[in-house]
Amino acid sequence: MSATMLWVVLIATSAFCFAIKLVGHSVPDRWLANARLQRINALIPIALLSALVIAEGLVTKTHVVIDHRLAGLAVALAALFAKAPFPVVVVAAAVTSALVYHLH
Amino acid sequence: MTRAPSATVRDALSVSLTVGFYGVAFGAASVAAGFSVLQSCLFSLLTFTGASQFAAVGVVASGGAGLSAIAAAAMLGTRNALYGIQMAPLLKVKGLKRAAAAQITIDESTGVALAQASRGTEAMRFGFWLTGTGVFIFWNVFTFLGAYGAKSLGNPASWGLDAAVPAAFLGLVWPRLETTFLRIVAASAMVFALLVTPWLPAGLPIIASALVAVTFGWRER
Repeated sequence: MSATMLWVVLIATSAFCFAIKLVGHSVPDRWLANARLQRINALIPIALLSALVIAEGLVTKTHVVIDHRLAGLAVALAALFAKAPFPVVVVAAAVTSALVYHLH
Repeated sequence: MTRAPSATVRDALSVSLTVGFYGVAFGAASVAAGFSVLQSCLFSLLTFTGASQFAAVGVVASGGAGLSAIAAAAMLGTRNALYGIQMAPLLKVKGLKRAAAAQITIDESTGVALAQASRGTEAMRFGFWLTGTGVFIFWNVFTFLGAYGAKSLGNPASWGLDAAVPAAFLGLVWPRLETTFLRIVAASAMVFALLVTPWLPAGLPIIASALVAVTFGWRER
């Protein structure tokens, strides 16, 4: 991505995210009271964050790729099942992935 | 403002500090995606909503288009509007103070405010402001540390940063999966993303996964 585009992403993301927050503080609550809208909205973070796990851990450009990242992700999953705190999860994944990367 | 209950202060500060580490992860992910240290810091100052920030740099890192990055971040930011609707009648602020309240309306400030309900509206209000401000300070300081640290490390793969990013997303979604239904939604979104990846431009599968949320949220369960 070009240097200009990085700035566009930064500024547009910030503007949209602030506008969304301000809308919430400014509109009458009945505007967003639709039950279906609220149900879908509650599921959006789960769907997008889950897709991001795949996009970042198993994808290179438009290909599904199995590499050192998957080893890190597997360790992260095990750490989460073991109720490890967030920092431990992330560091364990990084260390595992780096080890596999260098062994190859 | 009357004296704040110490339990509220404790809630607000523990949440603010915990969020700090996520800031390190964001700073590192942002630099690994190609943003500068300055841009990473501006993200945390101006965008200031973690999941959206992670999504924007995540899409950029995966080679997606700028528009996909912005759309993914905006979609993840929509829940802040719903938080604002809940917080506005509680805070009753106008003008600049309302803008400041809007900027710090995120998961954590809303969560702490709502958790103070049994301690009265004054405690809720105090919880909102203290948590929002606390997270803002720690999130930004730790973003800088993460971005600066990652910059000095060099090749992201060599330090496992490229695996730390998806692990961070997994860590972000994990606490939300409280019921079997929500776990099914998450698993479906992952399978969906895998299936559409070869057919869509980079970054788009992330946004397309909102269809999974629409499908599962359409009908009342």
